[in-house]
Amino acid sequence: MAPILELDNLSVEFPTRHGTLKALDNVSFSISPGEVVGVVGESGAGKSLTGAAIIGLLEPPGRVSGGQILLEGRRIDQLNNDQMRLIRGRQIGAVFQDPLTSLNPLYTVGQQITETILAHLSLTPNQALIRAIELLEATGIPAARERINHYPHQFSGGMRQRVVIALALAAEPKLIVADEPTTALDVSIQAQIIELLKRLCREQGTAVMLITHDMGVIAETADRVVVMYAGRVIEVGAVQDVIHHPQHPYTVGLMGSIPSMVAHQKRLTQIDGTMPRLNAIPSGCAFNPRCERAMSICRTERPELMAAGASQAACWLHHESHKAYV
Amino acid sequence: MFAFIIRRLLQAVVVMLVVAMIAFYLFQFVGDPVSIMLGQDATDADRVRLTAELGLDQPVVLQFYHFVINAVQGDFGISLRQGQNVSTLLLERMPATFELSIAAALIALLVGLPLGVYTALRRQSSLSNAILAFSLLGVSLPTFLIGILLILVFSVQLGWLPSYGRGDVVKIGWWSTGLLTVDGWKHLILPAITLSLFQLTLVLRLVRSEMLEVLRTDYIKFARARGLTNRAIHFGHALKNTLVPVITITGLQLGGIIAFAIVTETVFQWPGMGLLFIQAVQFVDIPVMAAYLCMIALIFVVINLIVDLLYFAVDPRLRSSVGRGGH
Amino acid sequence: MMEALKHFWQSDLAWSWRHSTVAVISTFIFVLMMVAAFGAPLIAPHNPFDLATINLLDALKPPAWNSEGQAIFPLGTDSQGRDLLSAMMYGTRVSLMIGMASVALSMLVGIVLGLVAGYAGGRIDAFIMRVADVQLSFPAILIALLIDGVARAVVPRELHEHIAIPVLVGAIALAGWPQYARTVRGSTLVEKNREYVQAARVIGISSPVIMFRHVLPNVMGPVLVLATVHLATAIITEATLSFLGVGVPPTEPSLGTLIRIGNDFLFSGEWWITIFPGLALVLLVLSVNLLGDWLRDALNPRLS
Repeated sequence: MAPILELDNLSVEFPTRHGTLKALDNVSFSISPGEVVGVVGESGAGKSLTGAAIIGLLEPPGRVSGGQILLEGRRIDQLNNDQMRLIRGRQIGAVFQDPLTSLNPLYTVGQQITETILAHLSLTPNQALIRAIELLEATGIPAARERINHYPHQFSGGMRQRVVIALALAAEPKLIVADEPTTALDVSIQAQIIELLKRLCREQGTAVMLITHDMGVIAETADRVVVMYAGRVIEVGAVQDVIHHPQHPYTVGLMGSIPSMVAHQKRLTQIDGTMPRLNAIPSGCAFNPRCERAMSICRTERPELMAAGASQAACWLHHESHKAYV
Repeated sequence: MFAFIIRRLLQAVVVMLVVAMIAFYLFQFVGDPVSIMLGQDATDADRVRLTAELGLDQPVVLQFYHFVINAVQGDFGISLRQGQNVSTLLLERMPATFELSIAAALIALLVGLPLGVYTALRRQSSLSNAILAFSLLGVSLPTFLIGILLILVFSVQLGWLPSYGRGDVVKIGWWSTGLLTVDGWKHLILPAITLSLFQLTLVLRLVRSEMLEVLRTDYIKFARARGLTNRAIHFGHALKNTLVPVITITGLQLGGIIAFAIVTETVFQWPGMGLLFIQAVQFVDIPVMAAYLCMIALIFVVINLIVDLLYFAVDPRLRSSVGRGGH
Repeated sequence: MMEALKHFWQSDLAWSWRHSTVAVISTFIFVLMMVAAFGAPLIAPHNPFDLATINLLDALKPPAWNSEGQAIFPLGTDSQGRDLLSAMMYGTRVSLMIGMASVALSMLVGIVLGLVAGYAGGRIDAFIMRVADVQLSFPAILIALLIDGVARAVVPRELHEHIAIPVLVGAIALAGWPQYARTVRGSTLVEKNREYVQAARVIGISSPVIMFRHVLPNVMGPVLVLATVHLATAIITEATLSFLGVGVPPTEPSLGTLIRIGNDFLFSGEWWITIFPGLALVLLVLSVNLLGDWLRDALNPRLS
């Protein structure tokens, strides 16, 4: 099946007075219709930037400096704002991290949902209102008919995020970019929201790009996962493969650092050092200074994504010439 | 919310009492009002009579009490400079200041608001930069200098507009208005523009910075991500959220107009309360100073109260006494 | 010393200054005016207060480029025959002195009260902030006028001229402290809960020392921006009060006083007496405002 979204060597740059920072460096992966793809990595790895680039909301002076973004085969990274506007909400929806600040405090929830519907679908205001109430009900908000006239501050955090999800799905997009949708919520609510997102997207056949640093959420929800590091993709694969058979040394460390209730661990795995800042990315493989298994080539040549077990990893260890060392 | 109003009213009363105290103490320091009013050659009998008349032989607290009672009824005694009843003087000149202030406020809002919105939405355009440069100039030019410059250009050099006074006024009952005559309007233009300029630049900058703040918020970002039109985002969302703090702050700034009216009235010899006050300060005419003080304080307190109430009316977050929804 | 200067020159702030045409030009103008003002006794072409050198026959001469002007009076003379340029230089000195003194005093009062309010909290904080809020709801110029008026009422008429300048400084300073107090209090509240303050407390350092030595340097950034804006406002306020006749008396005039004196001659055609001091005033305030704007942007943490 043709992918609904394809990132092809996408690069994003930030010109600053200290020089140009490459925030995303040749990022490539794709999302199939109805698929849930998790994008994980530490803070600053470039996950949110990737999401922002996709919906065309990069903060200036950031800009796409190379590669392409393809939506159902059509290039969208070069579109101007008016053209992107037609795509946002209708083809690609978005859910952001903080539900409190995502909603305008001066408008009722109903007003915000109906305006989104009316902006994309040709319904009468009355029909839009009915649909809005349906959406609220679908996201599990009780007494939707009354609550449609409530203001955002009258909802609790979890309820607000449900409203945000309703808003994202209002125009029936094919893809949702969810940037840390549960990070700002109580742990007990997180599971509910994730369940809701999963269910609704499955029902409507919407693909999801789930950006998070929480591997647990990925494990529950995603079909495939993309691991990012220092603005680069370093591993891609099916969720079970990446979690149980990580191929890249960074991913190995990442999985090992998750506490498990099952395994008896004396100490959590720790990866020494920190992710490099954008103005100090090492040459060759960005991870090499922290990698226990770094070879001389790792310090000079940057590895592309290559087949590694059932997944793909950007690591010289998996190159034919080095396969003996794996 | 009711409790809030009561609290604010009490606060207002306290402020008024403090101001009344200051005004009252002014009277205490005037020296000897009896001598001033009677002159050097007064007889002792005259002194005693006037002292009793003015109530100056009573204990201070009682005097203050009388003062407040009188003040509340609008009686501040007699102007030392002009010998007339202070309240009469003030009432005479109130329409002039009122019309001038309202005209200036309208200009400031009707011009400042759109300009502020424009410079926020079109940040890069050269017109925006020109407007911002002009606004910086507006903040750096003292009001009196603006008045002088306008007079120099439009009265002295071009001779188009008059430079002092109110022109022909029409009396409607107790109110005298300059708005019903062409001459009155011609006299109003320069002072109104002068008075409005400072406020205009303030409104402009305020609207601009508020709108820029709002445009950076998450809900605007989310509105964009939902594919709403620029018009809906800028004028439906951003503008509304901008206006909430702007309206209230502008209400508070109204005080600035009333204060700077003093300067404008001086430059243009506009027969308003501000000019009266300055003349009183120069002459040390305590009763007029005290009366003006109390009245200004009253106006400010009322404005503040209205603004607070406005906040309630406009921001649903403050309004809702409905409890938070469930999970 | 050289090390510190070099370090400063390489800092972000200095870089930002160097690359901002506006900042450089306005600093230049401001410094120029400061030199003209404070160096007036040395570099002014005439001494406008030396009665021996003033000749009534020189009165009301237009600027030098006018056909009736004279080169020794580059900007013309006033009704007494005093050279306008020199009077302006001395006037700028008065305006600057009053402006800077009021800002300094206002800062002092505001910072102390803000620190105390933020650090002590509770009733003291509530009281100080309540007073500040109430005062802030009245325009500064009204407050300054009020204090000036009260001073005139209290002090006998003969002494008015002598106390004019201190009263002016006090009035403007008192009108301005709430802004500083509010800002400093806000920052103090934030810093109060930081670890370094708690650590200092644990070691046993006394509260005043903590407040002034440790918290204060961290809250100075916004205070400095406020101070530049306040300087501009203070200069304008003084000029306005002087123009209204309740500020600096004509014996040692400020720019505002000069404008007032010149205003009487506007209609008879001797426009220069009012306009040139006016221009000087605008230039001064504009340069301060521009510097303040630049400073605010430079100190603001941004992406780049």
